[in-house]
Amino acid sequence: MATPGLTYLKNVATLKLETEKCIGCRLCMTVCPHGVFAFVNSIATITHLDSCMECGACASNCPTRALRVEAGVGCASAIIKGWLTGSEPSCDCSDDSTCC
Amino acid sequence: MRWGLGRNRYRVTPGLYAVGAPDAEAPLLVSANYKLSFDCLRSALHGIDAWILVIDTKGVNVWCAAGKGTFGTAEIIRRCQSAQVAKIVNHRTLIVPQLGAPGVAAHLVKKATGFSVSYGPVRAADLPEFLAANLQATPAMRRVTFTFLERLILTPVEVSVLRKTILYAIAALFILSGIGSDIFSFTAAWQRGTAALVPGLAGILAGCVITPALLPWLPSRLFAAKGALVGLAIACLLALVFYRQAAVPELIALFLFVASIASYTAMNFTGSSTFTSPSGVEKEMRIAIPWQAASLLIAGLLWIGSAF
Repeated sequence: MATPGLTYLKNVATLKLETEKCIGCRLCMTVCPHGVFAFVNSIATITHLDSCMECGACASNCPTRALRVEAGVGCASAIIKGWLTGSEPSCDCSDDSTCC
Repeated sequence: MRWGLGRNRYRVTPGLYAVGAPDAEAPLLVSANYKLSFDCLRSALHGIDAWILVIDTKGVNVWCAAGKGTFGTAEIIRRCQSAQVAKIVNHRTLIVPQLGAPGVAAHLVKKATGFSVSYGPVRAADLPEFLAANLQATPAMRRVTFTFLERLILTPVEVSVLRKTILYAIAALFILSGIGSDIFSFTAAWQRGTAALVPGLAGILAGCVITPALLPWLPSRLFAAKGALVGLAIACLLALVFYRQAAVPELIALFLFVASIASYTAMNFTGSSTFTSPSGVEKEMRIAIPWQAASLLIAGLLWIGSAF
């Protein structure tokens, strides 16, 4: 699903799907910007896990909480700040700089 | 503006706006109050009658604001109520940009406002087709891309964000260059400092501009490795053009210096890219930062050593 050359590290995405909770609303497939999901017999499956960028759109829109993902900020500088201060990485978009 | 300068003055007052002459059946679209987002949406809707509900995202674009939750369920519900949209339109559908989805729970919006959320396409330019197709998006409309132009447009931001760090680094470079057999010499600081500035700026160019531009064609999935490779190539060029007379330790310092700066700045581009995951970036950083730090340290020591 991803553009050739524009795929990131393998086997790191924290996306998890509990298939038995899926009610087949297909919203995860709608909101995913990278085509991670497909539907087989009206039930969601993760077909392109390595394309997942952990944006969290699928999980926040899943009405039965069948999806879990550790969504967060992907900026290197924000992660360094998080390491240094021991807090959750957060970018300072709302101040005068940009990051995302 | 896109460079991050004066961004805070670039806000739209939240509330309900009309495009064309919308009636009670016209589509109702939600937007962030970042002026670039709002203007982009307005121009995409040219010739279409529609309502735009601008929510307060503190002047941040839809995707970034959704990641932080400011473009989110609570704010949408609040604005729907304060703008009394239920009295303005007869239908009960809110068109929310797909990239706003990380901050939104469609089922909770429906519960609180009675409006069902229909996620629009990723790009506002696809909206006329989406609206004409009875709110159906093609799979291509749902995908985020990262084209050459999209990458290039972001490169000035990268440099702009780093401007403070770059100034500190230049100061450090001049101080380091002044160290020598006279303990510290201002003449040496100036002469050797300006000589070291060229590779430093070349490293930033390699990591912030060339690597993003060539991103899909560079080997390795690690941005840091992509940047280091471009840095080494640039260092080769510099060595051939400017430093043919340089001693071996100075050349090694040059290569390590340019590569580590290019690698670090390229790694920072993960934050601008549209496909990297936080878990991946963290893993990459754990691998790359020790290498970057070590080569920068060795380069610094060789550079100081070459003054004696």
